[in-house]
Amino acid sequence: MEEKRHTSLHYEKELQAIKDGLIYLGALTETAIRKAMKSLSDRDTELARTVVRDDDEIDRLDTDLEERCIKILALRQPTAIDLRFITTAIKIIGHLERIGDMAVNIAEKAILLNEEPQLKPYIDLPRMTDLVEGMIKDSLDSFIRNDMQMAEKVRQTEQIVDDLNEQIFRELLTFMMEDSKSIHRALLIMQVSKNLERIADHSKGIADMVMYMVTGECVRHQTCSSIE
Amino acid sequence: MESNVIISVSQVNFYYGAVRALTDISMKFRKNKVTALIGPSGCGKSTLLRLLNRMNELIDGTRVEGEILFEGQNVYAPDVDPVEIRRKIGMVFQKPNPFPKTIYNNISYGPKLTGVSIADMDALVEQSLKQAVLWDEVKDILNKSAMNLSGGQQQRLCIARALAMKPDILLMDEPTSALDPISTAKIEELIEELKENYTIIIVTHNMQQAARVSDETAFFYLGNLVEYNQTEKIFTKPDMKQTEDYITGRFG
Repeated sequence: MEEKRHTSLHYEKELQAIKDGLIYLGALTETAIRKAMKSLSDRDTELARTVVRDDDEIDRLDTDLEERCIKILALRQPTAIDLRFITTAIKIIGHLERIGDMAVNIAEKAILLNEEPQLKPYIDLPRMTDLVEGMIKDSLDSFIRNDMQMAEKVRQTEQIVDDLNEQIFRELLTFMMEDSKSIHRALLIMQVSKNLERIADHSKGIADMVMYMVTGECVRHQTCSSIE
Repeated sequence: MESNVIISVSQVNFYYGAVRALTDISMKFRKNKVTALIGPSGCGKSTLLRLLNRMNELIDGTRVEGEILFEGQNVYAPDVDPVEIRRKIGMVFQKPNPFPKTIYNNISYGPKLTGVSIADMDALVEQSLKQAVLWDEVKDILNKSAMNLSGGQQQRLCIARALAMKPDILLMDEPTSALDPISTAKIEELIEELKENYTIIIVTHNMQQAARVSDETAFFYLGNLVEYNQTEKIFTKPDMKQTEDYITGRFG
């Protein structure tokens, strides 16, 4: 349904600026993950360093957007859909900032891994990366469009990423058991995989908040109760 | 739930001459709760408030249809004395309107007039002023004119004056719209305390005030009751789109 505009156009603009800022922040984090994973697969240490550097911009945007949300809470006293939008936005900002930090973690592991010979060809990690990037994008799209189905899809995908992480973990265990010299590299790769899995968790967290924003009901935990 | 209902409005229509101001309103007000009536100007919220204690009868050419039960008794039944109804259902208005008398006499005037014999008027005055959290500020100037009090104090005096009649219900028609934020906060605090012993129905244009003080909120638009729900529900996830548009400022 087409949302009516606020009588106050300034307020309308302030809310739109938060939406725009979130899309931009989302794009920055997606880029950071893609670059971090590329720096690993292409063994490109310089690219990995740019991910670490560019995180400052994500942090700056995180603070800026959060301040805008707090300002709206203080000055506009939003209610109903606006209140749910702002509280959801504040949580999404936090999730995206953490996703940025995880991209940095991956880049740092890539720098270390690039100093040693490659342990094995990467097969599941690129699959995980594609899934995770899709989750971030879809979760933010679902936020912008109030799209519960898309949010639900993100929530389902998280399990697939979890399973891939488990699979990578078991595979790397066999490498470590066969050759103790592989342990350092295998542990680093495990951490990369774990970071991707955590990013999927954060994307699911965004999707959970979208469900709340649209329905007013909490879906994060089984113990959640709705507003009735 | 039924036993908690103090006023039950059913299928009420109200006309100012040929103009219908309220259309088929049915709702139940619960005892010892604060109910807020909200909506844009002309939506009928103040009209409904005045219907509850027959204040509308003071305006010529008006007509009521339907039924308003106060503790099971039809307020508009022919044998009901409107004065008695207004004693049980007191009212506080937008602008403080103390009588041009002393503070003491403002409180004692109503009880004396109704001929109720009050064994200890001093005690009633003190109790009423204490309930309205005004006692400490005026106890030494009870024989001074009420007109010398500040706006916020005058409004609390009007509340004390209404309480002296020992009502069951207090109707408040935008009681803080003429007051500064501190006086407003004091009245809101008072409402919170009064609901232990009274039922309060408040009309307010200040939506944050409705959110702060009320347990239940009713949203009116063009003479219709659009939504009546728990206040928390209304302000976080209202059922009706019209309610959401109004409280989020997407109106007109």
